[in-house]
Amino acid sequence: MPYFLMDEILTILEQDARTSIESLSRMTGRSMDDVRKSVADYEKSGIIKNYKTVVDWSKAGSTRVFAFIDVKVAPARDVGFDDVAERIYRFPEVHSVWLVSGDYDLRVVVEGENVQQVGLFVAQKLSTIDRVQATSTHFLLKRYKEDRTVFVDEGEDPRLIVSP
Amino acid sequence: MPELSNLVESLAPSGIRRFFDIVASMKDVVSLGVGEPDFVTPWAFREAAIYSIERGQTQYTSNYGLIELRRLIASHIRSFYGVNYDASAEILVTVGVSEGMDIAMRSILNPGDEVIVPEPCYVSYKPCVHLACATAVGIDTTAATGFVPTLEQLNSALTPQTKALLFGYPANPTGGTVSLEQAQMMVDFAVEHDLYIVSDEIYDRLTYEGKHICIASLPGAYERTILLNGFSKAYAMTGWRLGYACAPEKILSAMVKIHAYTIMCAPIAAQKAAIEALSSGEPAVKDMVGHYNRRRRLIVAGLNEIGLECHLPNGAFYAFPSIKSTGMTSEEFAERLLFEEQVAVVPGTAFGAGGEGHVRCSYATAIDKIEIALHRIGRFVRNNSLVGTAR
Repeated sequence: MPYFLMDEILTILEQDARTSIESLSRMTGRSMDDVRKSVADYEKSGIIKNYKTVVDWSKAGSTRVFAFIDVKVAPARDVGFDDVAERIYRFPEVHSVWLVSGDYDLRVVVEGENVQQVGLFVAQKLSTIDRVQATSTHFLLKRYKEDRTVFVDEGEDPRLIVSP
Repeated sequence: MPELSNLVESLAPSGIRRFFDIVASMKDVVSLGVGEPDFVTPWAFREAAIYSIERGQTQYTSNYGLIELRRLIASHIRSFYGVNYDASAEILVTVGVSEGMDIAMRSILNPGDEVIVPEPCYVSYKPCVHLACATAVGIDTTAATGFVPTLEQLNSALTPQTKALLFGYPANPTGGTVSLEQAQMMVDFAVEHDLYIVSDEIYDRLTYEGKHICIASLPGAYERTILLNGFSKAYAMTGWRLGYACAPEKILSAMVKIHAYTIMCAPIAAQKAAIEALSSGEPAVKDMVGHYNRRRRLIVAGLNEIGLECHLPNGAFYAFPSIKSTGMTSEEFAERLLFEEQVAVVPGTAFGAGGEGHVRCSYATAIDKIEIALHRIGRFVRNNSLVGTAR
Protein backbone atom coordinates (compact mmCIF):
# COMPACT_ATOMS: atom_id res chain seq x y z
CA MET A 1 0.00 0.00 0.00
CA PRO A 2 1.61 3.29 -1.02
CA TYR A 3 1.94 5.51 2.01
CA PHE A 4 0.40 8.62 0.43
CA LEU A 5 -2.89 6.78 -0.05
CA MET A 6 -3.03 5.98 3.64
CA ASP A 7 -2.46 9.65 4.27
CA GLU A 8 -5.29 10.54 1.92
CA ILE A 9 -7.87 8.75 4.07
CA LEU A 10 -6.58 10.64 7.10
CA THR A 11 -6.63 13.92 5.20
CA ILE A 12 -10.25 13.41 4.16
CA LEU A 13 -11.41 12.33 7.63
CA GLU A 14 -9.56 15.18 9.30
CA GLN A 15 -11.57 17.58 7.13
CA ASP A 16 -14.87 15.74 7.50
CA ALA A 17 -15.11 12.93 10.03
CA ARG A 18 -18.56 11.99 8.73
CA THR A 19 -17.28 10.93 5.32
CA SER A 20 -18.76 7.48 4.77
CA ILE A 21 -16.73 4.39 3.93
CA GLU A 22 -18.50 4.40 0.58
CA SER A 23 -17.44 7.97 -0.20
CA LEU A 24 -13.91 7.29 1.05
CA SER A 25 -13.77 4.33 -1.28
CA ARG A 26 -14.87 6.40 -4.28
CA MET A 27 -12.66 9.34 -3.46
CA THR A 28 -9.54 7.21 -3.11
CA GLY A 29 -10.37 4.65 -5.79
CA ARG A 30 -9.90 1.82 -3.28
CA SER A 31 -12.31 -0.96 -2.39
CA MET A 32 -14.75 -0.52 0.49
CA ASP A 33 -13.23 -3.48 2.37
CA ASP A 34 -9.77 -2.03 1.99
CA VAL A 35 -10.86 1.38 3.26
CA ARG A 36 -12.83 -0.15 6.14
CA LYS A 37 -9.80 -2.13 7.21
CA SER A 38 -7.49 0.90 7.04
CA VAL A 39 -9.84 3.02 9.13
CA ALA A 40 -10.19 0.22 11.70
CA ASP A 41 -6.40 -0.12 11.85
CA TYR A 42 -6.00 3.62 12.38
CA GLU A 43 -8.55 3.57 15.18
CA LYS A 44 -6.95 0.55 16.81
CA SER A 45 -3.43 1.90 16.66
CA GLY A 46 -4.52 5.31 17.93
CA ILE A 47 -3.52 7.18 14.76
CA ILE A 48 -7.17 8.24 14.64
CA LYS A 49 -7.76 9.53 18.16
CA ASN A 50 -11.34 10.63 18.05
CA TYR A 51 -14.10 11.95 15.81
CA LYS A 52 -15.68 15.20 16.89
CA THR A 53 -17.94 18.01 15.82
CA VAL A 54 -16.85 21.62 15.83
CA VAL A 55 -19.65 23.58 17.51
CA ASP A 56 -19.97 27.32 17.68
CA TRP A 57 -21.36 27.36 21.22
CA SER A 58 -21.87 31.07 21.38
CA LYS A 59 -24.07 30.86 18.27
CA ALA A 60 -26.02 28.06 19.95
CA GLY A 61 -26.77 30.44 22.82
CA SER A 62 -24.32 29.04 25.35
CA THR A 63 -22.71 31.44 27.80
CA ARG A 64 -19.98 29.03 28.83
CA VAL A 65 -16.55 30.57 29.14
CA PHE A 66 -13.12 29.38 28.12
CA ALA A 67 -9.77 30.41 29.51
CA PHE A 68 -6.18 29.89 28.44
CA ILE A 69 -4.03 29.46 31.53
CA ASP A 70 -0.26 29.61 31.37
CA VAL A 71 1.28 27.62 34.19
CA LYS A 72 4.85 27.88 35.44
CA VAL A 73 6.06 24.59 36.88
CA ALA A 74 9.27 23.53 38.58
CA PRO A 75 10.37 20.37 36.77
CA ALA A 76 11.34 17.34 38.81
CA ARG A 77 13.98 14.67 38.29
CA ASP A 78 12.84 11.67 36.20
CA VAL A 79 9.37 13.02 35.44
CA GLY A 80 10.07 16.58 34.21
CA PHE A 81 6.64 18.18 33.82
CA ASP A 82 4.69 15.01 33.10
CA ASP A 83 3.29 14.33 36.55
CA VAL A 84 2.03 17.88 37.01
CA ALA A 85 0.55 17.86 33.50
CA GLU A 86 -1.27 14.64 34.33
CA ARG A 87 -2.69 16.06 37.56
CA ILE A 88 -4.06 18.90 35.51
CA TYR A 89 -5.43 17.04 32.48
CA ARG A 90 -7.38 14.59 34.65
CA PHE A 91 -9.82 17.37 35.58
CA PRO A 92 -12.79 17.07 33.22
CA GLU A 93 -13.09 20.85 32.82
CA VAL A 94 -9.65 20.88 31.23
CA HIS A 95 -9.86 20.75 27.42
CA SER A 96 -6.21 20.81 26.47
CA VAL A 97 -2.81 20.74 28.08
CA TRP A 98 0.37 21.43 26.14
CA LEU A 99 3.99 21.72 27.20
CA VAL A 100 5.31 24.84 25.52
CA SER A 101 8.53 26.84 25.34
CA GLY A 102 8.81 30.39 26.67
CA ASP A 103 8.16 32.12 29.98
CA TYR A 104 5.63 29.53 31.12
CA ASP A 105 5.73 25.75 30.80
CA LEU A 106 2.20 24.42 30.44
CA ARG A 107 -0.60 25.99 28.43
CA VAL A 108 -3.98 24.82 29.68
CA VAL A 109 -7.45 25.38 28.20
CA VAL A 110 -10.25 25.28 30.75
CA GLU A 111 -14.00 25.46 30.27
CA GLY A 112 -16.49 26.68 32.88
CA GLU A 113 -20.04 27.91 33.42
CA ASN A 114 -18.85 31.43 34.11
CA VAL A 115 -15.80 33.53 34.87
CA GLN A 116 -16.09 32.96 38.59
CA GLN A 117 -16.13 29.19 38.24
CA VAL A 118 -13.00 29.19 36.11
CA GLY A 119 -11.35 31.62 38.50
CA LEU A 120 -12.08 29.34 41.43
CA PHE A 121 -10.73 26.34 39.52
CA VAL A 122 -7.44 28.15 38.98
CA ALA A 123 -7.22 29.40 42.54
CA GLN A 124 -8.23 26.21 44.28
CA LYS A 125 -7.16 23.38 42.01
CA LEU A 126 -4.43 24.54 39.63
CA SER A 127 -2.36 26.91 41.73
CA THR A 128 -2.30 24.60 44.67
CA ILE A 129 -0.67 21.69 42.87
CA ASP A 130 2.86 21.05 44.14
CA ARG A 131 5.60 22.66 42.02
CA VAL A 132 3.14 25.02 40.32
CA GLN A 133 4.87 28.34 40.80
CA ALA A 134 2.70 30.81 38.92
CA THR A 135 -0.32 31.06 36.64
CA SER A 136 -1.56 33.63 34.16
CA THR A 137 -5.19 33.42 33.04
CA HIS A 138 -6.57 34.77 29.74
CA PHE A 139 -10.29 34.58 29.09
CA LEU A 140 -11.47 33.87 25.55
CA LEU A 141 -13.41 36.81 24.19
CA LYS A 142 -14.12 35.83 20.58
CA ARG A 143 -13.37 32.87 18.37
CA TYR A 144 -12.20 33.83 14.89
CA LYS A 145 -10.73 30.53 13.77
CA GLU A 146 -10.19 27.26 15.56
CA ASP A 147 -8.71 24.01 14.25
CA ARG A 148 -8.76 25.52 10.75
CA THR A 149 -12.46 26.31 11.01
CA VAL A 150 -13.29 29.98 10.55
CA PHE A 151 -16.01 31.08 12.98
CA VAL A 152 -16.97 34.19 11.09
CA ASP A 153 -19.71 33.62 8.52
CA GLU A 154 -18.23 33.72 5.04
CA GLY A 155 -21.21 34.15 2.76
CA GLU A 156 -22.43 32.32 -0.33
CA ASP A 157 -20.38 31.00 -3.24
CA PRO A 158 -19.71 34.22 -5.17
CA ARG A 159 -19.01 32.49 -8.50
CA LEU A 160 -21.18 32.78 -11.59
CA ILE A 161 -23.39 29.72 -11.56
CA VAL A 162 -22.34 28.68 -15.08
CA SER A 163 -19.11 29.78 -16.74
CA PRO A 164 -17.00 28.49 -19.62
CA MET B 1 -26.88 54.30 -37.47
CA PRO B 2 -24.05 52.87 -39.54
CA GLU B 3 -23.79 49.10 -39.52
CA LEU B 4 -21.62 47.23 -37.04
CA SER B 5 -18.52 45.26 -37.93
CA ASN B 6 -19.35 42.41 -40.30
CA LEU B 7 -16.71 40.33 -38.64
CA VAL B 8 -18.31 40.66 -35.22
CA GLU B 9 -21.81 40.20 -36.58
CA SER B 10 -20.72 36.94 -38.16
CA LEU B 11 -19.45 35.62 -34.80
CA ALA B 12 -21.68 32.89 -33.37
CA PRO B 13 -22.96 33.77 -29.89
CA SER B 14 -21.50 31.67 -27.08
CA GLY B 15 -23.64 28.57 -26.49
CA ILE B 16 -22.88 28.71 -22.80
CA ARG B 17 -24.30 32.20 -22.51
CA ARG B 18 -27.82 31.13 -23.46
CA PHE B 19 -27.71 28.35 -20.90
CA PHE B 20 -26.38 30.71 -18.26
CA ASP B 21 -29.40 32.98 -18.73
CA ILE B 22 -31.78 30.08 -18.04
CA VAL B 23 -29.87 28.92 -14.96
CA ALA B 24 -29.60 32.44 -13.57
CA SER B 25 -33.40 32.68 -13.46
CA MET B 26 -33.71 29.65 -11.16
CA LYS B 27 -33.36 29.09 -7.44
CA ASP B 28 -31.62 26.41 -5.34
CA VAL B 29 -29.63 25.08 -8.24
CA VAL B 30 -26.73 22.74 -7.53
CA SER B 31 -24.26 23.77 -10.17
CA LEU B 32 -21.79 21.49 -11.88
CA GLY B 33 -21.53 24.19 -14.51
CA VAL B 34 -18.78 26.35 -13.11
CA GLY B 35 -15.52 26.59 -15.01
CA GLU B 36 -13.43 27.99 -12.20
CA PRO B 37 -11.99 26.76 -8.89
CA ASP B 38 -14.25 26.88 -5.84
CA PHE B 39 -11.22 27.84 -3.76
CA VAL B 40 -10.56 31.46 -2.99
CA THR B 41 -7.08 32.65 -3.95
CA PRO B 42 -4.74 31.50 -1.14
CA TRP B 43 -4.38 34.23 1.43
CA ALA B 44 -0.63 34.66 1.03
CA PHE B 45 -1.10 35.73 -2.62
CA ARG B 46 -3.94 38.08 -1.76
CA GLU B 47 -1.93 39.54 1.09
CA ALA B 48 1.03 40.19 -1.20
CA ALA B 49 -1.22 42.17 -3.55
CA ILE B 50 -2.77 44.13 -0.69
CA TYR B 51 0.69 44.96 0.65
CA SER B 52 1.82 46.17 -2.76
CA ILE B 53 -1.22 48.42 -3.04
CA GLU B 54 -0.61 49.80 0.44
CA ARG B 55 2.93 50.68 -0.56
CA GLY B 56 1.62 52.59 -3.56
CA GLN B 57 2.73 50.14 -6.25
CA THR B 58 -0.02 51.20 -8.60
CA GLN B 59 1.85 52.09 -11.80
CA TYR B 60 2.26 50.61 -15.25
CA THR B 61 4.84 47.90 -15.56
CA SER B 62 6.95 47.05 -18.60
CA ASN B 63 4.76 45.94 -21.53
CA TYR B 64 6.20 42.48 -20.99
CA GLY B 65 5.32 42.47 -17.28
CA LEU B 66 7.53 42.75 -14.21
CA ILE B 67 10.93 41.22 -14.88
CA GLU B 68 10.89 39.55 -11.46
CA LEU B 69 7.69 37.74 -12.42
CA ARG B 70 9.02 36.77 -15.85
CA ARG B 71 12.17 35.35 -14.26
CA LEU B 72 10.04 33.28 -11.90
CA ILE B 73 7.91 32.05 -14.82
CA ALA B 74 11.07 31.13 -16.74
CA SER B 75 12.51 29.17 -13.84
CA HIS B 76 9.13 27.52 -13.17
CA ILE B 77 8.90 26.24 -16.76
CA ARG B 78 12.54 25.20 -16.73
CA SER B 79 12.20 23.22 -13.51
CA PHE B 80 8.88 21.55 -14.39
CA TYR B 81 9.35 20.90 -18.10
CA GLY B 82 12.98 21.54 -18.95
CA VAL B 83 12.17 24.25 -21.49
CA ASN B 84 14.36 27.36 -21.46
CA TYR B 85 12.66 30.67 -22.23
CA ASP B 86 14.61 33.91 -22.01
CA ALA B 87 12.83 36.00 -19.37
CA SER B 88 13.80 39.25 -21.08
CA ALA B 89 12.51 38.49 -24.59
CA GLU B 90 10.49 35.29 -24.76
CA ILE B 91 7.90 35.70 -22.00
CA LEU B 92 4.94 38.08 -22.00
CA VAL B 93 2.62 38.52 -19.04
CA THR B 94 -0.94 38.70 -20.40
CA VAL B 95 -4.43 39.42 -19.13
CA GLY B 96 -5.26 35.75 -18.76
CA VAL B 97 -4.83 33.07 -21.40
CA SER B 98 -7.81 34.75 -23.09
CA GLU B 99 -5.69 37.70 -24.13
CA GLY B 100 -2.76 35.43 -24.93
CA MET B 101 -4.97 33.42 -27.28
CA ASP B 102 -6.27 36.53 -29.03
CA ILE B 103 -2.87 38.09 -29.66
CA ALA B 104 -1.33 34.76 -30.60
CA MET B 105 -3.90 34.40 -33.36
CA ARG B 106 -3.57 37.98 -34.53
CA SER B 107 0.22 37.65 -34.59
CA ILE B 108 0.45 34.57 -36.78
CA LEU B 109 -2.63 34.66 -39.05
CA ASN B 110 -3.43 36.40 -42.32
CA PRO B 111 -6.89 36.56 -43.93
CA GLY B 112 -7.62 33.23 -45.57
CA ASP B 113 -5.35 31.19 -43.32
CA GLU B 114 -6.75 28.11 -41.64
CA VAL B 115 -6.21 26.79 -38.12
CA ILE B 116 -6.93 23.20 -37.17
CA VAL B 117 -8.79 22.98 -33.86
CA PRO B 118 -9.68 19.66 -32.21
CA GLU B 119 -13.16 19.75 -30.68
CA PRO B 120 -14.89 19.76 -28.27
CA CYS B 121 -12.77 22.65 -27.07
CA TYR B 122 -12.83 25.77 -24.96
CA VAL B 123 -15.39 28.27 -26.22
CA SER B 124 -13.00 31.02 -27.29
CA TYR B 125 -10.61 29.07 -29.54
CA LYS B 126 -12.57 29.28 -32.76
CA PRO B 127 -13.84 32.86 -32.22
CA CYS B 128 -10.24 34.03 -31.68
CA VAL B 129 -9.28 32.50 -35.03
CA HIS B 130 -12.33 34.10 -36.63
CA LEU B 131 -11.54 37.52 -35.16
CA ALA B 132 -8.09 37.25 -36.72
CA CYS B 133 -9.86 37.00 -40.12
CA ALA B 134 -8.87 33.37 -40.50
CA THR B 135 -10.85 30.13 -40.61
CA ALA B 136 -10.99 27.55 -37.83
CA VAL B 137 -11.24 23.99 -39.10
CA GLY B 138 -12.71 21.78 -36.38
CA ILE B 139 -11.91 18.11 -35.91
CA ASP B 140 -14.43 16.07 -33.93
CA THR B 141 -12.52 13.98 -31.40
CA THR B 142 -14.05 11.19 -29.32
CA ALA B 143 -13.60 9.47 -25.99
CA ALA B 144 -12.05 6.50 -27.82
CA THR B 145 -8.86 8.50 -28.44
CA GLY B 146 -9.08 10.43 -25.18
CA PHE B 147 -10.39 13.42 -27.17
CA VAL B 148 -7.08 13.77 -29.00
CA PRO B 149 -7.14 13.88 -32.81
CA THR B 150 -5.59 11.05 -34.82
CA LEU B 151 -3.04 11.58 -37.56
CA GLU B 152 -5.68 10.62 -40.13
CA GLN B 153 -7.99 13.32 -38.82
CA LEU B 154 -5.22 15.90 -38.91
CA ASN B 155 -4.32 14.91 -42.45
CA SER B 156 -7.90 15.19 -43.62
CA ALA B 157 -8.21 18.68 -42.12
CA LEU B 158 -5.00 19.85 -43.76
CA THR B 159 -5.16 22.19 -46.77
CA PRO B 160 -2.56 24.45 -48.42
CA GLN B 161 -4.02 27.28 -46.30
CA THR B 162 -3.39 25.53 -42.97
CA LYS B 163 -1.19 27.77 -40.87
CA ALA B 164 -1.45 26.50 -37.32
CA LEU B 165 -2.62 23.85 -34.93
CA LEU B 166 -4.49 25.07 -31.85
CA PHE B 167 -5.28 22.87 -28.87
CA GLY B 168 -5.32 22.74 -25.09
CA TYR B 169 -4.51 19.71 -22.96
CA PRO B 170 -5.58 18.98 -20.25
CA ALA B 171 -8.77 19.95 -21.99
CA ASN B 172 -11.84 21.93 -21.09
CA PRO B 173 -14.51 20.45 -21.41
CA THR B 174 -13.35 16.83 -21.71
CA GLY B 175 -10.66 16.55 -19.04
CA GLY B 176 -8.61 14.74 -21.69
CA THR B 177 -4.82 14.80 -21.64
CA VAL B 178 -2.29 13.84 -24.30
CA SER B 179 0.13 10.94 -24.10
CA LEU B 180 3.73 11.51 -25.09
CA GLU B 181 3.13 9.61 -28.36
CA GLN B 182 0.04 11.64 -29.22
CA ALA B 183 1.79 14.92 -28.41
CA GLN B 184 4.85 14.01 -30.47
CA MET B 185 2.61 12.93 -33.35
CA MET B 186 0.97 16.37 -33.39
CA VAL B 187 4.34 18.12 -33.17
CA ASP B 188 5.73 15.98 -36.00
CA PHE B 189 2.66 16.81 -38.07
CA ALA B 190 3.27 20.52 -37.46
CA VAL B 191 6.95 20.20 -38.34
CA GLU B 192 6.23 18.22 -41.51
CA HIS B 193 3.75 20.79 -42.76
CA ASP B 194 5.52 23.82 -41.28
CA LEU B 195 2.68 24.92 -38.98
CA TYR B 196 2.62 26.99 -35.84
CA ILE B 197 1.43 25.29 -32.68
CA VAL B 198 -0.61 27.25 -30.16
CA SER B 199 -0.82 25.23 -26.96
CA ASP B 200 -3.10 26.34 -24.15
CA GLU B 201 -1.73 24.61 -21.03
CA ILE B 202 -3.73 26.45 -18.37
CA TYR B 203 -4.66 23.16 -16.69
CA ASP B 204 -1.11 21.76 -16.68
CA ARG B 205 -0.86 21.38 -12.93
CA LEU B 206 -4.24 19.69 -12.77
CA THR B 207 -2.92 16.46 -14.23
CA TYR B 208 -3.71 13.56 -11.95
CA GLU B 209 -1.88 10.52 -13.23
CA GLY B 210 1.47 10.70 -14.93
CA LYS B 211 3.14 13.99 -15.79
CA HIS B 212 1.82 16.84 -17.88
CA ILE B 213 3.51 17.03 -21.27
CA CYS B 214 4.56 20.55 -22.12
CA ILE B 215 4.31 20.69 -25.90
CA ALA B 216 7.25 23.07 -26.24
CA SER B 217 9.51 20.51 -24.56
CA LEU B 218 9.15 18.02 -27.42
CA PRO B 219 11.75 17.73 -30.18
CA GLY B 220 10.96 20.14 -33.02
CA ALA B 221 8.31 22.07 -31.08
CA TYR B 222 10.01 25.03 -29.40
CA GLU B 223 10.68 27.17 -32.47
CA ARG B 224 7.09 26.95 -33.76
CA THR B 225 5.14 26.89 -30.51
CA ILE B 226 3.31 29.59 -28.60
CA LEU B 227 2.84 28.27 -25.09
CA LEU B 228 -0.04 29.85 -23.18
CA ASN B 229 -0.55 29.43 -19.46
CA GLY B 230 -1.62 31.43 -16.44
CA PHE B 231 -2.57 31.56 -12.80
CA SER B 232 -6.35 31.09 -12.93
CA LYS B 233 -6.69 27.38 -12.35
CA ALA B 234 -3.76 25.96 -10.39
CA TYR B 235 -3.50 29.02 -8.15
CA ALA B 236 -7.24 29.74 -7.96
CA MET B 237 -6.78 33.25 -9.40
CA THR B 238 -9.43 33.48 -12.12
CA GLY B 239 -10.63 36.99 -11.29
CA TRP B 240 -7.11 38.44 -11.27
CA ARG B 241 -6.94 37.90 -15.03
CA LEU B 242 -3.30 36.96 -15.25
CA GLY B 243 -1.60 34.67 -17.72
CA TYR B 244 1.54 34.45 -19.78
CA ALA B 245 2.68 33.60 -23.26
CA CYS B 246 6.04 32.05 -24.09
CA ALA B 247 7.45 31.87 -27.60
CA PRO B 248 10.66 32.44 -29.53
CA GLU B 249 11.59 36.12 -29.67
CA LYS B 250 10.40 36.70 -33.24
CA ILE B 251 6.88 35.47 -32.50
CA LEU B 252 6.69 36.96 -29.05
CA SER B 253 7.77 40.42 -30.14
CA ALA B 254 4.91 40.43 -32.66
CA MET B 255 2.53 39.57 -29.84
CA VAL B 256 4.03 42.30 -27.64
CA LYS B 257 3.32 44.86 -30.39
CA ILE B 258 -0.42 44.16 -30.20
CA HIS B 259 -0.34 43.86 -26.41
CA ALA B 260 1.46 47.20 -26.05
CA TYR B 261 -1.16 49.01 -28.13
CA THR B 262 -4.27 47.31 -26.76
CA ILE B 263 -3.48 46.36 -23.18
CA MET B 264 -0.28 48.22 -22.28
CA CYS B 265 0.49 45.85 -19.44
CA ALA B 266 -1.22 43.41 -17.10
CA PRO B 267 -2.38 44.92 -13.78
CA ILE B 268 0.51 45.35 -11.38
CA ALA B 269 -1.32 44.13 -8.24
CA ALA B 270 -2.16 40.87 -9.99
CA GLN B 271 1.46 40.53 -11.04
CA LYS B 272 2.55 41.01 -7.41
CA ALA B 273 0.15 38.29 -6.31
CA ALA B 274 1.52 36.02 -9.03
CA ILE B 275 5.08 36.58 -7.83
CA GLU B 276 3.98 35.35 -4.41
CA ALA B 277 2.14 32.42 -6.00
CA LEU B 278 5.23 31.23 -7.85
CA SER B 279 7.49 31.88 -4.85
CA SER B 280 5.51 30.17 -2.11
CA GLY B 281 2.38 28.67 -3.64
CA GLU B 282 3.43 25.07 -4.21
CA PRO B 283 1.91 23.59 -1.01
CA ALA B 284 -1.40 25.35 -1.75
CA VAL B 285 -1.40 24.01 -5.32
CA LYS B 286 -0.72 20.46 -4.11
CA ASP B 287 -3.48 20.74 -1.52
CA MET B 288 -6.04 21.94 -4.08
CA VAL B 289 -5.01 19.31 -6.62
CA GLY B 290 -5.51 16.66 -3.91
CA HIS B 291 -9.07 17.91 -3.39
CA TYR B 292 -9.81 17.89 -7.13
CA ASN B 293 -8.42 14.40 -7.50
CA ARG B 294 -10.68 12.98 -4.77
CA ARG B 295 -13.72 14.68 -6.28
CA ARG B 296 -12.72 13.41 -9.72
CA ARG B 297 -12.76 9.81 -8.58
CA LEU B 298 -16.03 10.35 -6.73
CA ILE B 299 -17.90 11.95 -9.62
CA VAL B 300 -16.64 9.55 -12.28
CA ALA B 301 -17.55 6.51 -10.17
CA GLY B 302 -20.97 8.06 -9.46
CA LEU B 303 -21.73 8.90 -13.11
CA ASN B 304 -20.74 5.44 -14.30
CA GLU B 305 -22.94 3.84 -11.63
CA ILE B 306 -25.88 5.93 -12.82
CA GLY B 307 -25.26 4.54 -16.29
CA LEU B 308 -23.80 7.67 -17.86
CA GLU B 309 -20.64 6.28 -19.37
CA CYS B 310 -17.71 8.45 -18.42
CA HIS B 311 -14.07 8.01 -19.35
CA LEU B 312 -11.75 8.81 -16.46
CA PRO B 313 -10.61 12.37 -17.17
CA ASN B 314 -6.92 12.70 -16.36
CA GLY B 315 -6.79 16.47 -16.15
CA ALA B 316 -8.57 19.78 -15.53
CA PHE B 317 -11.68 19.60 -13.31
CA TYR B 318 -14.32 18.33 -15.70
CA ALA B 319 -16.02 15.02 -16.27
CA PHE B 320 -17.55 14.66 -19.72
CA PRO B 321 -19.98 11.74 -19.54
CA SER B 322 -21.91 10.40 -22.49
CA ILE B 323 -25.66 10.84 -22.14
CA LYS B 324 -26.46 8.90 -25.31
CA SER B 325 -28.06 6.07 -23.30
CA THR B 326 -30.89 8.43 -22.33
CA GLY B 327 -31.84 9.06 -25.95
CA MET B 328 -31.77 12.81 -25.34
CA THR B 329 -29.68 15.47 -27.04
CA SER B 330 -27.15 17.29 -24.87
CA GLU B 331 -29.28 20.43 -24.71
CA GLU B 332 -32.43 18.52 -23.93
CA PHE B 333 -30.67 16.58 -21.16
CA ALA B 334 -29.17 19.71 -19.63
CA GLU B 335 -32.39 21.71 -19.76
CA ARG B 336 -34.60 18.97 -18.41
CA LEU B 337 -32.12 18.09 -15.67
CA LEU B 338 -32.15 21.74 -14.69
CA PHE B 339 -35.93 22.08 -14.65
CA GLU B 340 -36.71 18.68 -13.12
CA GLU B 341 -33.86 18.33 -10.61
CA GLN B 342 -32.26 21.79 -10.34
CA VAL B 343 -28.84 20.53 -11.32
CA ALA B 344 -26.84 22.61 -13.80
CA VAL B 345 -24.47 20.90 -16.23
CA VAL B 346 -23.32 22.36 -19.52
CA PRO B 347 -24.43 20.76 -22.83
CA GLY B 348 -21.44 19.36 -24.71
CA THR B 349 -22.55 21.24 -27.82
CA ALA B 350 -21.53 24.53 -26.16
CA PHE B 351 -17.97 23.37 -26.95
CA GLY B 352 -18.53 22.41 -30.57
CA ALA B 353 -20.84 20.15 -32.54
CA GLY B 354 -18.64 17.20 -31.60
CA GLY B 355 -19.78 17.62 -28.00
CA GLU B 356 -23.24 16.30 -28.89
CA GLY B 357 -24.12 13.30 -26.73
CA HIS B 358 -22.11 14.61 -23.79
CA VAL B 359 -22.51 17.08 -20.95
CA ARG B 360 -19.77 18.80 -19.00
CA CYS B 361 -19.82 18.31 -15.23
CA SER B 362 -17.38 20.49 -13.33
CA TYR B 363 -16.12 19.01 -10.09
CA ALA B 364 -14.69 22.29 -8.90
CA THR B 365 -17.32 22.22 -6.21
CA ALA B 366 -17.63 20.89 -2.66
CA ILE B 367 -17.92 17.13 -2.10
CA ASP B 368 -21.35 17.39 -0.45
CA LYS B 369 -22.71 19.31 -3.44
CA ILE B 370 -21.29 16.75 -5.86
CA GLU B 371 -22.99 13.99 -3.87
CA ILE B 372 -26.33 15.81 -3.95
CA ALA B 373 -25.95 16.42 -7.68
CA LEU B 374 -25.14 12.75 -8.34
CA HIS B 375 -28.16 11.68 -6.35
CA ARG B 376 -30.43 13.98 -8.37
CA ILE B 377 -28.88 13.03 -11.71
CA GLY B 378 -29.40 9.36 -10.81
CA ARG B 379 -33.08 9.99 -10.07
CA PHE B 380 -33.44 11.97 -13.29
CA VAL B 381 -31.91 9.22 -15.42
CA ARG B 382 -34.09 6.54 -13.76
CA ASN B 383 -37.24 8.62 -14.17
CA ASN B 384 -36.49 9.22 -17.80
CA SER B 385 -35.24 5.81 -18.86
CA LEU B 386 -38.73 4.79 -20.03
CA VAL B 387 -39.09 7.98 -22.00
CA GLY B 388 -35.76 7.19 -23.59
CA THR B 389 -36.72 3.71 -24.73
CA ALA B 390 -40.22 4.73 -25.87
CA ARG B 391 -38.74 6.90 -28.58
